[in-house]
Amino acid sequence: MSGIAFDIAHLLAGGLVLVSFMMIYQDRLYALLNVFALHAVVLAAAVAWQAHIQAAEHLYLTAAIALVFKAIVIPGALHRIIRRLGIHRTVEQVVGSGLTMLAGMGLVALSVVLMLGITANSDAIAREDLAFALSVVLLGLLMMVTRRNAVSQVVGFMSLENGLILAAAGARGMPLVVEISVAFSVLIAFIVIGIFLFRIRERFDTVDVVALDNFRGERR
Amino acid sequence: MTGTLFHPLAVILLTPAVAAALLAILPGYRLTARLNVLASALAFLAAASLFVVSRPAPGNYLLVDDLNIVFVVLNTFVGLTAAIFSASYIGHEIDSGHLKAAHVHFYHAMYQLMMFGMNLALVSNNIGLMWVAIELATLTTVLMVGLYRTHEALEAAWKYFILGSVGIALALFGTILVYVAAQPVLGDGTPSMIWTGLMAGAASFDPAMLNLAFVFLLLGYGTKVGLVPLHAWLPDAHAEGPTPISAVLSGLLLNVALYAVLRFKMLMAAQPDALAPGPLMVGMGLLSLVFAAFMLYARRDIKRLFAYSSIEHMGIITFAFGMGGPVANFAGLLHMVMHSLTKSAIFFGVGHVAQIRGTQRIDAIRGLTQSHPVLGWGLALAVLAIAGMPPFGVFMSEFLVVTTSFARTPVLAGILILGLLVAFGALLLRLTGLVFGEPEGPAVPIRASLVPLYLHMGLVVIAGLYLPPAIVTWFQTVARLLG
Repeated sequence: MSGIAFDIAHLLAGGLVLVSFMMIYQDRLYALLNVFALHAVVLAAAVAWQAHIQAAEHLYLTAAIALVFKAIVIPGALHRIIRRLGIHRTVEQVVGSGLTMLAGMGLVALSVVLMLGITANSDAIAREDLAFALSVVLLGLLMMVTRRNAVSQVVGFMSLENGLILAAAGARGMPLVVEISVAFSVLIAFIVIGIFLFRIRERFDTVDVVALDNFRGERR
Repeated sequence: MTGTLFHPLAVILLTPAVAAALLAILPGYRLTARLNVLASALAFLAAASLFVVSRPAPGNYLLVDDLNIVFVVLNTFVGLTAAIFSASYIGHEIDSGHLKAAHVHFYHAMYQLMMFGMNLALVSNNIGLMWVAIELATLTTVLMVGLYRTHEALEAAWKYFILGSVGIALALFGTILVYVAAQPVLGDGTPSMIWTGLMAGAASFDPAMLNLAFVFLLLGYGTKVGLVPLHAWLPDAHAEGPTPISAVLSGLLLNVALYAVLRFKMLMAAQPDALAPGPLMVGMGLLSLVFAAFMLYARRDIKRLFAYSSIEHMGIITFAFGMGGPVANFAGLLHMVMHSLTKSAIFFGVGHVAQIRGTQRIDAIRGLTQSHPVLGWGLALAVLAIAGMPPFGVFMSEFLVVTTSFARTPVLAGILILGLLVAFGALLLRLTGLVFGEPEGPAVPIRASLVPLYLHMGLVVIAGLYLPPAIVTWFQTVARLLG
């Protein structure tokens, strides 16, 4: 493994974690979607680099899917929905962004300590990739719990899924799963865009999940 | 693989897949409902024939062994009875105007797609394929839970979608970690994702990596099993979706997720240096049991009540499998089958009760045995069975779980008994209100199909009184396999 190949893989995976942090403090939906598009672009670059150094052509396809769907089509569609729903206002947050950032740093430290401790005798690229991927997954989870808006929850979920794709791309020679998970995230996004948001809009005139919580099922 | 299209294994997978495509284009509710039952029956017959026909050699994608035959047969059987129940249930909902015909256009196609996903998950020999299949089953059920398009149904579907997706994402991370653990030993690509290969090579995997993988897999698939504290989606999804889907969720989907956990538990057991998965499962199982048992008392919605009872029973089953050993595994397996049959029977009854009274509120439903004796007594029998009264099969399996845990860890047995008794009390308390006393509320005439309910209860009674030796031997083999 040449030094430069490792450094670039490291740089791209680390960049993905950085963009995850950027998503945490975006409090406007448009800005959030733009940062998510950037997240997908960095992911595509990281996966393409893995394809190059592993000489695994099928990963180029994964990178292309990530680039076309997650960086262009889905943010574009969500943009339209937000405009049509007229909810391009601020994103309400339960916890302040400073506190969320601190929690995020804790999660990254946790995943690095956890993964590097465990993978001591795997190859270096897989180690770093898994540590970064777990960080992205945990940051995505953090975003899903701290956001109250349905659109930002979905964005949080898709960033979580980007972390999974990074992990799968880093696992040398892992078949199919990468393409499948990309395909599923696209499917999920379309289900969400096509059905839930419109139905929620139809019924509630809001996509704020707090409003959904008011209709709790336990009828008294 | 023998590779013929006529092998039962192919029929089990192709029937729902083809039926789903066909049902998506065919118009008319009556016709598609009949076809749905027909396709389910075909899949069940094919599954049952797996007991006798020769098994294909495990391939890259599919596998048939003693363990998954039990799950597949149970899955297709309850799939069939739920399809019969669904035909009359949804028919009534359309006639009474609760559902528009346009809303149920894709209902049967979704039903078959869900059955396809579950069957595929059960017979897959590939951890990646299994993950895909479980995700497919989850997504289709999300759409069905939201079928009524009311506030509550949408909230439930959203919650299920978000929590289910997080669970499935964690499971994928665990799957990737298993691959990373296997890859240095078994080599790149597909060989490192195949069950049979993984089991054979597990002893030389990195134990620390397997430990981390199992934690993610238990949390991920455990979300779908409905284990506390990951259960939050379950009561909502059961209460707000159409009742046939509640029956299928409780009776089948939870089992499929549990099957995935069991497979990975077997993998952990094959690597002696890895963490013992038992205590984790015992802990989560007991927590689910006790938590759900206390939650039963505060329920006001009848479907939500039985959803919590499902959490309770999945807790018992996870506890039994977590203890391990031939007797506890046998008890866990038996309890899983009994719970599936009884709980789906309860939902068949509850679905018609809610249609008759026009509500799911427990305090608005009284005196069912007087107004509708056949339905009322059927429901009463099923609730007594699930509460753990003899002579039903649930009693026998719970008795086995309790005695074997007493012999091994009396402290845990104490907690187990506490949970069982608390749940027993809650269910009997609610039952007396539901079925006895003066009938109250409206009585909308319905054409109920009670055959599925009584069929299930008949099987549960027979299992409680006399378990055929062939089944006992089969379960014992599987129990040994589970370690």
